[in-house]
Amino acid sequence: MNNPDFDWMPVALVPLLALLVLPLIGSGSTWLTLTVAGLAMGLIIFVIASGLTLVFGLMDVLNFGHGLFIALGAFVATTVLGSMSDWTMSDQLWRNMVAVFPAMLVAMAVAGAVGLAFERFIVKPVYGQHLKQILITMGGMIIGEELIKVIWGPQQIPLPLPEAMRGSILIGDAAIEKYRIIAVVVGLVVFGALVWTLNKTKIGLLIRAGVQDREMVESLGYRIRRLFIGVFVMGSALAGLGGVMWGLYQQTVTPQMGAQVNVLIFIVIIIGGLGSTAGALIGALLVGLMANYTGYLAPKVALFSNIALMAAILLWRPQGVYPVTNR
Amino acid sequence: MLTRLLSNDLPRSRTLAMLLLVLLLGLAFAPFLFPGVKALNVAAKVLIFIVLVASFDLLLGYTGIVSFAHTMFFGIGAYGIAIATTRMGPTWEALAVGLGCALVLSFLLALVIGLFSLRVRAIFFAMITLAVASAFLTLASQLSEFTGGEDGLTFKLPEILSPSFEFMDEKFLGVMLDGRLVTYYLLFVLAVALLLTLLRIVNSPFGRVLQAIRENEFRAEAIGYRVVVYRTISSILSALFACVAGAMLALWLRYNGPDTSLSFEIMMDVLLIVVIGGMGTMYGAVVGATLFMVAQSYLQDLLRLGSEATAALPWLSALLSPQRWLLWLGVLFVLSVYYFPTGVVGRLRLRSARKISLGLPS
Repeated sequence: MNNPDFDWMPVALVPLLALLVLPLIGSGSTWLTLTVAGLAMGLIIFVIASGLTLVFGLMDVLNFGHGLFIALGAFVATTVLGSMSDWTMSDQLWRNMVAVFPAMLVAMAVAGAVGLAFERFIVKPVYGQHLKQILITMGGMIIGEELIKVIWGPQQIPLPLPEAMRGSILIGDAAIEKYRIIAVVVGLVVFGALVWTLNKTKIGLLIRAGVQDREMVESLGYRIRRLFIGVFVMGSALAGLGGVMWGLYQQTVTPQMGAQVNVLIFIVIIIGGLGSTAGALIGALLVGLMANYTGYLAPKVALFSNIALMAAILLWRPQGVYPVTNR
Repeated sequence: MLTRLLSNDLPRSRTLAMLLLVLLLGLAFAPFLFPGVKALNVAAKVLIFIVLVASFDLLLGYTGIVSFAHTMFFGIGAYGIAIATTRMGPTWEALAVGLGCALVLSFLLALVIGLFSLRVRAIFFAMITLAVASAFLTLASQLSEFTGGEDGLTFKLPEILSPSFEFMDEKFLGVMLDGRLVTYYLLFVLAVALLLTLLRIVNSPFGRVLQAIRENEFRAEAIGYRVVVYRTISSILSALFACVAGAMLALWLRYNGPDTSLSFEIMMDVLLIVVIGGMGTMYGAVVGATLFMVAQSYLQDLLRLGSEATAALPWLSALLSPQRWLLWLGVLFVLSVYYFPTGVVGRLRLRSARKISLGLPS
């Protein structure tokens, strides 16, 4: 983004938050551990939230069922990883990777396929009607959650990390869990791929233009419906991928996890400005950092810290940090 | 007289009027008509849900905004009574203090949420209420010194409302005249009064403005109504009514915990009842709540039968197991939003409106 008008203030918020809490935490190594954990969590949340925010920006569809794909991805991963236990138990990193990578692909494929069906049967009949969209997608989420309970059972399922991804590395005094580094890398790769697609390809150009002004893109002869289905499926697949990463991060999966993460990603896209990818990244990083810092400093307040963060941002910029025009 | 009482918002359908009359009489004489503990429990729950759903209808049906924090206010009301009676003993003052504090807290919370989220756009409201409600649910189960945590609180009520109080030794029409009956009629009077008040509100000039905002926000703003202010007031009013409904629940159960008043399932039930009964009608709350509560009490039995009957097909049996009844509620919900968006009351009114336009008796 070599735009001279680019608004750097929101970007500066992330390091600012990290630096502000440094004196509160006191020890540099603890701070580093928490910051890496926060960034890892933030990038996972971003992977999940990016699809949702684009779907909203393109078609004005507010999908309350997005959390479903997260849970779905995580549950698919438990099945795939469970069937490859001799690869995950191996202590060689590359063999673990060989196990985790297909798990991610299968989770993305399943979540994407279910997303396609979800779009067709749940979202399509209610285009342009916000009230019904909220109700219907919420209903779809509940149906999905119950179906997950039917297939995998209502109980918690452990999702242990593969052998070589456990444990942590010491940098100075700071212990950094290996998996968090992997999560940061995967998150950055997804972010890079998204930025590249959105900025360097024709499809990305159309998506960005569609977010700005849907009717204008349609009047130029592009079928925004098809584009939208593509974005919806991709967004669902990314949520599935995020679900795998989130499940490995928490090391357990529950059918309710979708609803829990849903709350987080709503906060993220509100902070970022509905429809804005860059905003979603900043929102996700802020939420991830905030959750880890307050979890360490004041666990009791941690519940409300994200809501307080959102309130503060909305006081500053009522439309989110990067308001999308024409909304 | 009747027209005044109903705020000039008559049922406008003969079938609906009959249905409402039957429900009113049925609920008024429920302890005598349907003896037994379970039936009376269902009747009391119907009364509580009529108030809860009607207050949600003010928000969803009349103002056109979705809140997922409605059970939060329901829970605040219930916890208000529960905490006050546990701390101050079973006195009337405790009930008054509990309800008063709960109302004040609901007012402040609704005001803050409303001002924050409705200022920009109504969609924020749905997302922010969802976030706040889930944080509140966790908070309620964590502050265990206050709220009793996951176990909840069991408490005693003033003597006249407690089941052991009997003011006549012999039975009257086959029913024991005890504190339980007094509580039931207290709930009945409260529910009728609150429903009539809500009818008054939605049929006042204020209510008309709310409907104007629902239909076209931009135009309402252009005519000169401050949309934010009206929406916020509407969400505060609905929160206060939900809070009283919560207090009613606590009075009836003499117990309150996170699952009984705050859980997300109740939110789902409320949404479903509003949609089934008919959004934006108020009477829909009465019809919907009755239908739903009766169905809920007996649907799980039906599912159990279905599950046992299909035991030969494990996957079908798993789908029909009584624990999965939320699945069927969800399907019912989605289908009714698609094919039945005006609900029972809307359908009945539409039918009689057609008959009138054809010159037939309505």
